[in-house]
Amino acid sequence: MNRIVILRISASLLAGIIFGFGLSVSGMIDPARVRGFLDVASGNWDPSLIFVLGGALAVAIPGIALQRTLGRPFLDDRFHLPERKEVDRRLVIGSAIFGTGWGLAGLCPGPAIAGLSIGLAPVFLFTAAMAAGMLIHDRFVASVTK
Amino acid sequence: MTSYWHALAGGGLIGLSAVLLLLVNGRIAGISGIAGRLLQGKQVWLNAAFILGLISGPVFYSAVFGTYPSATVVASGPVMALAGVFVGFGTRMGSGCTSGHGILGMARFSRRSIAATAIFLLSGILVATISGLFQ
Repeated sequence: MNRIVILRISASLLAGIIFGFGLSVSGMIDPARVRGFLDVASGNWDPSLIFVLGGALAVAIPGIALQRTLGRPFLDDRFHLPERKEVDRRLVIGSAIFGTGWGLAGLCPGPAIAGLSIGLAPVFLFTAAMAAGMLIHDRFVASVTK
Repeated sequence: MTSYWHALAGGGLIGLSAVLLLLVNGRIAGISGIAGRLLQGKQVWLNAAFILGLISGPVFYSAVFGTYPSATVVASGPVMALAGVFVGFGTRMGSGCTSGHGILGMARFSRRSIAATAIFLLSGILVATISGLFQ
């Protein structure tokens, strides 16, 4: 492995650590908090998770503006960005299915994976099932619905 | 009040992570995309390093604050398993989750991501609120 590949892997590791640390600080790693945010009729609705999105966008929007002034990233020859523009059926149905699971468990992919180190058995179960769901889609369904 | 400051600061760190990965490696910090590509055996080292970092986030948190972040499970085992399949399947079908669409896509003002975020927020609120009525 050459130097640039090792630097890329290190950047990826560091970004992962900051992401997992941020999820821990924000409270988003707690399924009960997420459910307290998504369940609007519980009588004690917890709006604080809107501020997670707010804080993330407050950093990401200027970051994107900066990215647009750069020709390429520091360690690669181009930016790998999604190019599709149309809101299609897969996007709509997939997002609705994701929201259903998120609302049931209070977990989305980041907190599910970061939460593995907290050591709760149901989180392991969720994350294993999530990996299975990803594989089922990518192996058997993606090619049929495209 | 403190939970709002924690949410804001934690969100800021998540945004920082996303900007770092984008400016340095040119990649989108979308967790479902990274996990899905890792499972497909694509860019294994890059994606595995990110996932490893993500898992160690709470460990670093405990090193700084002396305790792990609180996390309370709210659903039974079978519901957790079903929800996990939905989240894995849905995020791959919809090409993203809370991070890729909700943060990076929204920050790029992508029409697809704004639509996806509105849909998973609405279905999440609907399902959590209805299932909350039965608890």
